[in-house]
Amino acid sequence: MTTQPATTVGEALRADNITIKFGGLVAVDNVSFVIPENGIVSLIGPNGAGKTTFFNVLTGLYKATSGRVHLGGTEVSGLAPHTIAHMGLARTFQNIRLFNLMTAEENVMVAMHSHMKSGILSTILRTPAQRREEAQARDTARELLDFVGIGKTAEEYARNLSYGDQRRLEVARALALRPRVLLLDEPTAGMNPQESARFVDFVHRVRDERQVSVLLIEHDMSVVMRVSERITVLDRGQNIAEGSPDDIRNNQRVVEAYLGKTGTDGYGSDE
Amino acid sequence: MSQTAIEAAEARPSLAVGALLERGTGYLLLLAVAAFAVWHLVATPAAFFTTLVVGINQGALYALIALGYTLVYGIIELINFSHGDLFMLASVLSGFLMVSAFGATAATTGAFLALIATLVLAMIFGAALNTTAERVAYRRLRRAPKLAPLITAVGLSFVYQWGGIKSNGSGQRNWDTILGSSGFTVLNVKVPWSMIVVTAVTVPLLLGLNWVIQKTRQGKAMRATAQDQDAARLMGIDVDRTISLTFALGGAMAGAAGLLYLQTFGTTRYDAGFQLGLIAFTAAVLGGIGNLNGAVLGGVLIGLVQALNDRFGLGVAYSQTVVFTILILLMVFKPEGILGKPTTEKV
Repeated sequence: MTTQPATTVGEALRADNITIKFGGLVAVDNVSFVIPENGIVSLIGPNGAGKTTFFNVLTGLYKATSGRVHLGGTEVSGLAPHTIAHMGLARTFQNIRLFNLMTAEENVMVAMHSHMKSGILSTILRTPAQRREEAQARDTARELLDFVGIGKTAEEYARNLSYGDQRRLEVARALALRPRVLLLDEPTAGMNPQESARFVDFVHRVRDERQVSVLLIEHDMSVVMRVSERITVLDRGQNIAEGSPDDIRNNQRVVEAYLGKTGTDGYGSDE
Repeated sequence: MSQTAIEAAEARPSLAVGALLERGTGYLLLLAVAAFAVWHLVATPAAFFTTLVVGINQGALYALIALGYTLVYGIIELINFSHGDLFMLASVLSGFLMVSAFGATAATTGAFLALIATLVLAMIFGAALNTTAERVAYRRLRRAPKLAPLITAVGLSFVYQWGGIKSNGSGQRNWDTILGSSGFTVLNVKVPWSMIVVTAVTVPLLLGLNWVIQKTRQGKAMRATAQDQDAARLMGIDVDRTISLTFALGGAMAGAAGLLYLQTFGTTRYDAGFQLGLIAFTAAVLGGIGNLNGAVLGGVLIGLVQALNDRFGLGVAYSQTVVFTILILLMVFKPEGILGKPTTEKV
């Protein structure tokens, strides 16, 4: 067991010595990782490097074989996903997973569920407190939709939104959890260069105005290099490099992981 | 874009004959049923409307039970075959409460208060039993192959029936009702009082349920869970609690149906839930399983069809035959149900 301090001030999320084995396969091998308060960090690596598995451990969908996760100083490893989400870890999905048969506004309100108090009985009786809470949730939802720039679509069904708007709606929904940490899983997948560039600004705005720390999994290197303050590189389940974008750009092991050792094999980039 | 348009245009002529024939047969059948109904409406209007009243009464009961099937299917894709028997147990409980506990056997003010109290208790009973079944039996099978919870539901159905035999006896048992078969006549149309009670209870329940699902935060959590369980979980929704709540709502509806059934017919039997359950399930499929409005529509439609058949058509002896023939025809012509969407949509 590690004897490191659970957390220090300024860490939004801390993962210590995370290992995940599926049978004999080690998907993530002793990875430690910190997201600083209000930081924007990226997790990159070739396909199959274990990025998504690592993500799933943070959110509680997978249980780590060993290691611990702390969220804002509280240990969350082993807790149920909905509890971890409630405590401040929100995410978006690589392949958009909105509630398609609900309106944009309802999608956002679903994520506020865990922060609302009124029970089923007060809901049925429509107590004043319940009504106030419901009205408040609606206002907050509208405000979030405006924040991500799709305020006009509040009444539209999620599935009828354009691809770009669906991505924005996912961010609004995640922010509705009032997260401490926002995980973005390949947020620019399917975007053209202009949209990706605008997205970089958007991530900065989210961080600045919503006071969240952001962790991205991203394949578009131009996005990663422009948006990230720190980058962690995974390869075959191991943390092979960590540092500023410039460090990573010039790191020989990273280049090898992506392109293969010169002249040895044809292990190609997944770009 | 243009390619799919071309493909569609090319595909159309080859499809036309088969599809047209199929659709044509479907519409012809519907037309025949409509003509049959209109014929009797013109020939004997009073008898026709009396029959409609019977059908709506029956249909309301089907709708209440069908909701339990559709709610549970919508959220965890389980056909809860024990649901009809839950309804039967609620009808037995209502008998004991109304007659043995409250002594409500005539239409007095006290009896109506007893009716309201029994309604609340029967709904709580249905909710509690259904939630317990979910907690004890279905929850641990949630990640198991679909057949496991299905067989469990069939098993539970026998357990409930055994409970029915123990409490209600192995035969038909008659219970006094507060309204009996009394009624009133408007324009030669006979309306039993029980039908008024059934409607007065069912309509608010249905509206209330719809409101809970559409407008409240718990309802939104239910719909979110139905659409994507993992995404719901990651948005902070306690999926286990939400599923429990869904079973509770379905069970409460069955509880209400139990009381109303007993007050309408004055009798129940340990296997009453088997037959009514199957018909209610047919209603849920007819309306489009997983769709709440569909369940209500399906229930009322089947109630009406059954009443019309019993009075004007092939007679009571063929009642079930007609209902299940509808199910078969529906599976052929519109497998997704009247309000169901062809895609995998739920709740």
